[in-house]
Amino acid sequence: MRTSARWTAVAAAALLTATTAACGGGQGPGDPQGRGPITIWLSNNEQEVAWGEERVAAWNAANPDQQVTAQQIPAGKSSEEVIGAAIAAGTTPCLIYNTSPAAVPQFVKQGGLVPLDTMPGGDDYVTQRTGEAAAQYRSPDGHFYQLPWKSNPVMIIYNKELFAKAGLDPDAPQLLTYDDVLAASEAIVGSGAAQAAIWPSPASQFFQSWFDLYPLYAAASGGQQLVEDGEALVDSPAALEAAGFWRQMYAQGLSPQEAYTGDSFADGKAAMAIVGPWAVSVYGDDVDWGVVPVPTPDGLPAEEVHTFSDAKNVSLPVACQNQATAWDFLQASTSADADRALLTETGQMPLRADVAQTYADWFASADGAPYAPFAQQAARTVEVPNVQNSVEIWQDVRNAWTGSVIFGTEPVESALADADAEVQHLLEVP
Amino acid sequence: MSAVTPARPAATDGSRPKTASGSDGHPPRKGLTGLQRAFGRHPIGTLLALPYAVFLVAVFAYPVVLAAWMSVHDWFFSAPGVEVDHPYVGFENYRQVLTDPAVHQAFLNIAVFLVINVPLTVALALVLAVALNRAARGRTFFRVAFYVPYVTASVALVGVWLFLLGGDGVVNSLLGPLAPQPSWLVNSSLAMPSIAGFVAWKQLGFFVLLYLAALQNVSKDLYEAASMDGAGRVRQFSTVTVPGVRTTTALVVVLATITGANLFTEPYLLTGGGGPDGASTSPVLLMYQLGIEQGNPDTASALGIVLVVCVGLLVLLNRRLLRSES
Repeated sequence: MRTSARWTAVAAAALLTATTAACGGGQGPGDPQGRGPITIWLSNNEQEVAWGEERVAAWNAANPDQQVTAQQIPAGKSSEEVIGAAIAAGTTPCLIYNTSPAAVPQFVKQGGLVPLDTMPGGDDYVTQRTGEAAAQYRSPDGHFYQLPWKSNPVMIIYNKELFAKAGLDPDAPQLLTYDDVLAASEAIVGSGAAQAAIWPSPASQFFQSWFDLYPLYAAASGGQQLVEDGEALVDSPAALEAAGFWRQMYAQGLSPQEAYTGDSFADGKAAMAIVGPWAVSVYGDDVDWGVVPVPTPDGLPAEEVHTFSDAKNVSLPVACQNQATAWDFLQASTSADADRALLTETGQMPLRADVAQTYADWFASADGAPYAPFAQQAARTVEVPNVQNSVEIWQDVRNAWTGSVIFGTEPVESALADADAEVQHLLEVP
Repeated sequence: MSAVTPARPAATDGSRPKTASGSDGHPPRKGLTGLQRAFGRHPIGTLLALPYAVFLVAVFAYPVVLAAWMSVHDWFFSAPGVEVDHPYVGFENYRQVLTDPAVHQAFLNIAVFLVINVPLTVALALVLAVALNRAARGRTFFRVAFYVPYVTASVALVGVWLFLLGGDGVVNSLLGPLAPQPSWLVNSSLAMPSIAGFVAWKQLGFFVLLYLAALQNVSKDLYEAASMDGAGRVRQFSTVTVPGVRTTTALVVVLATITGANLFTEPYLLTGGGGPDGASTSPVLLMYQLGIEQGNPDTASALGIVLVVCVGLLVLLNRRLLRSES
């Protein structure tokens, strides 16, 4: 090699090393006893940001030597993708108030999260605050890698005006059973009151099944997860019944196969929607709406119906250098008072035992009354299974769902049976 | 064309021309500065090229090598400082990828896409470039009009096309009873052709510019000669223009093939993640699902390497076909 070429190669190698070193270089595991300044990530939701900044301001006033800085989670295709990348790079903040339970097994596999039960009083804090529901958030290794923080229990909201136009009772609609909903849907579309009875997203992303299959499955199964004791239940009777109901909705054109580009409920294109309590502030006075639990095959009474929780939790990444401060701040920001603020300012349900009773005074007020049905429902929520390959499992379920239920290209039974076998395989592979 | 004397001695025996570099037995060159010794005879040029070379190595070459390494190991992204074993697994990740029906479907989809998109892109870009080249009025307006989609974010354009191709969209309204059922983007036979059309339209401005530049090099004498021989517009196009821009056509085909094989945004946004029922899933969309969403970057890397090999072979085939035609 000529001298000049050799020097050029050396220079290039040095620059490359410097470049790649600059790209990496994240922090390794932090100190469980460490105290000092920390950074937290909040979601991009305006109300949540305001709530978080209030908590931070109160904390900072009382703890000048342990200042907290709140940031909105960086933009990305999804929060899970951003958090996963930050864990790999060692650039996570100390607390993430936007952790999807479905992604937690992956973050744990990455070695990215601190087991909260290893922090002082951690196990008791989680179980006492959340009650029995906490068990759904315990990982297979027995640890809590997430603090169950808030849920958005999924229910069916309906447009009273469109119901009246379709000849249905807008104040006490009959929507208990699958047959009830099918009959109401036929009336809505048949009368021309709305283009669609209900318009869930037909898209193929893994999480879409949480808003069509899973709420109805949770209700039909009496509160079971899609995986119980290591066994996949994708083609269980409850799942097949839920799938059969949706297949009829799509086959009869009561739910369109095409995605709506805006908000079909707000635009009056659909008379019903599957929503959480966030809908109260979104639709507010623009739509005269009512809300009912999701239907079940045999019409369970409302107080027995389970649904999907749509929870977002708080996690403490291992890269946090001042983990003791993070743990203290986490407890302060999920205290009964902080949860009251979360409830009243964002309308989302703190994942506490018996929310409806704890904050009964607010639910009785004019501001809180629209949220009361969601608070009642919050006592009976089902989380996604806390198992390995969680996202891959949901993608397989979604793929089977879009082919069989939405587009009818193969029988529902065989599609879900195949998906069940695949999910079982994913549960068993190391 | 004027005769030009070669600036350097030609090596008639196929060997490298001998220089006074010293490496071939000659004494070291005199009068070279230290900078020239380190960075060659034109150090400024080398230094100016170096950042881009480093960029290429860091952003393209290094990830490809890393991906190849990951594809034969059990690998996932882990937090710094976490001890994780990444055992060698041979071709297990490739076996998984190559036996996955979703991967087969994705490659079939992308083949459909390329068969429609590449010829459509070449034909439209060339015809429009010729038209623009001859247009006396509004030339600048049309050039800008064709180029705007290329520089506009796909996300914004996808929103417009959703309105165009939706069940109640403009296209179906115009077609009336001839509108396809199910509609374009939820029809498993039409979803990928719709995406191919969208991408061809979006990229058109760039390829029109390439052809416009190439057309400036086609001698007007050739058109005059063809005209005197009685050739009409169509004949001139086929016998003068098309051969005259052949090298650009080769470039357009290669670029359109590479861009098309890396299709991601359109199936992700336009058809809701590769729908309907996987009919518009692309290999890169699958790589995103596997590697980023599902935390299996090793399998995603294997798929990526397979895609790189396939695209490389396809490009070689394209070049060979175009060369044999010429």
